Amino acid sequence: MKQVKTLVKTRRDSVIAFGIVIVAYIVLQTMNMTGGISNTISGLLVPICAYIVMAVSLNLTVGILGELSLGHAGFMSVGAFTGIVVTTVLAQSVPFPMLRLAIAMVVAAFAAAIVGVIVGVPVLRLKGDYLAIVTLAFGEIIKNIINVLYIGMDDHGLHFSLVKQTFTLNEGGSMIINGPIGVSGIDKISTFTAGFVLILVTLFVVLNLINSRHGRAVMAVRDNNIAADSIGISTTRYKLMAFVISAALAGMAGTLYAMNYSTITAAKFDFNLSILVLVFVVLGGLGNIWGSIIAAALLTVLPELLRALNFNDYRMLVYAILLIALMLFNNSGAKQKLLDRIALRKERKGKKQPKEVA
Amino acid sequence: MISNLIAGLSLGSIYAIIALGYTMVYGIAKMLNFAHGDVIMVGGYMCFCATFYLGWPPAMGILLAIIVCTLLGVVIERLAYKPLRRAPALAVLITAIGVSYFLQNAALLIWTANPKTFTSVVGSGSVKIGGLQITHVTIVTILVCVIIMAVLVWFTSKTKMGTAMRAVSEDKDAAQLMGINVNTTISVTFAIGSGLAAVAGVLMLSAYPMLVPTTGSMPGIKAFTAAVFGGIGSIPGALLGGILLGIIEIFSKAYISQELSDAIVFAVLIIVLLVKPAGLLGKQIREKV
Repeated sequence: MKQVKTLVKTRRDSVIAFGIVIVAYIVLQTMNMTGGISNTISGLLVPICAYIVMAVSLNLTVGILGELSLGHAGFMSVGAFTGIVVTTVLAQSVPFPMLRLAIAMVVAAFAAAIVGVIVGVPVLRLKGDYLAIVTLAFGEIIKNIINVLYIGMDDHGLHFSLVKQTFTLNEGGSMIINGPIGVSGIDKISTFTAGFVLILVTLFVVLNLINSRHGRAVMAVRDNNIAADSIGISTTRYKLMAFVISAALAGMAGTLYAMNYSTITAAKFDFNLSILVLVFVVLGGLGNIWGSIIAAALLTVLPELLRALNFNDYRMLVYAILLIALMLFNNSGAKQKLLDRIALRKERKGKKQPKEVA
Repeated sequence: MISNLIAGLSLGSIYAIIALGYTMVYGIAKMLNFAHGDVIMVGGYMCFCATFYLGWPPAMGILLAIIVCTLLGVVIERLAYKPLRRAPALAVLITAIGVSYFLQNAALLIWTANPKTFTSVVGSGSVKIGGLQITHVTIVTILVCVIIMAVLVWFTSKTKMGTAMRAVSEDKDAAQLMGINVNTTISVTFAIGSGLAAVAGVLMLSAYPMLVPTTGSMPGIKAFTAAVFGGIGSIPGALLGGILLGIIEIFSKAYISQELSDAIVFAVLIIVLLVKPAGLLGKQIREKV
């Protein structure tokens, strides 16, 4: 009976949370339409959506699977450039931008998932900090390879080359990815609505996974590898599953992100971006999906808010100090002391009234 | 071939000195100090200011850089990391990233983003040995690295403080029961690591003279890789990892591809870790059930 109750509770929590996201979307969209928010913020809406998807998907690896990944931007990069190629190829045959974006995202998810398998199989054999450094290494390798990737398209189809452009295009052909110069003249088809739909898809996938048999198996692997192994859970399989799903979602976020800018280079998806997303996840709370969403949205807006408050020169400094202060407050026992004090005060106040039974 | 080898040794020596800082802090505090790379940058700016604006001789500039970085290391440890001794590793990692952001942005405010050209502290001369042109910087870098290694090995194995460090890295609580002041030991480790970062910064900038607020981050990541490569926590491992990394980087730049050299370095790291999951000289600890 109790189990049924908790199940209903998680279901209800999910419904409420989905509701919050939908309401937030409607409010922001109407404000955006009526010009209620500033230009900078409305320009940030799509990146925020991409960051939220990144944070939620990284939370799947770091919070639910319990393995630190420092190369999440690599999967985003794979997704971004796959998405660009797909939308360019389909530019003529699929006239609806939304449909083109959706197809691009699906293909990007597959591409990122394949890279996720290639990275995941060796990486997940390692443990702890060693695993973290290898994900970092893979992220850098992906960045380096895409940085020397040349893809062009003409009436013969697609041409690829690495390091140097070895192909020549027929007349009427054009370069899609131009090595370190990256991509320019992207058709900006990402919209806030597309971002919102992607967030809903991500939440649906991740929340359903967490509340399923597979999700519980993944968490069992996180909590105790050996115990999970001994009751017949295939640790490698579940680790790889969570890792690949996380990579695929990051790939979709990459497409969304890239399609929001007219130019993009491989250097954008570097170590710092991976770290930025990790900061969202840790500040939002490991394993807490809603925390990731809130942290991603707030921390993306925060530097802009500081800019608006005339902190322009100091905004990144203030950001750094806030980050350190938050980590210290959350983890050094200061939070517990404060909570205890508040609880004590409440108790004193509520002494005369009969205590409610929880 | 030989000139590339020497260039690799020189670059590797710089990585090794930075990696020593990483590895010592990791061995004792069990944390990845992501701000270490930015301490290098601070050291570079200190030396630059002393010699360029104040007109001090290079030796005084180096001394100033070492003193400031040592103090900086201790202050960072006291303010940011000490309250998190019992916190989860990820929280400490994010705090270290926060410190790294802080240092970079503080440097950006003080010295702006305009690149400064660092003047080499050992002059720009070179010597000829058997038809090979070797710059003074290269020779000094390799020598300094060897000296630092020798001193550190002596320090950790022979002195009281060094023994205390090894004890703390083995088991913090047991070390405390034996009357070792754990906090002081950790502070001393940070001081040594940060002082070494200053030396590495000055040497690196003497060879590659462009100084911007993000100068330290990429060498920081590379040195961190070197530390893991050699087996994190092991001092000879850091030396071996650093030197190998430098040589691989220079050789892949010379013979394979300029653009892909970083990718090759990281690929070698991955292969090494797959064969030896604890690094080249790391101790494999069996998990007890």
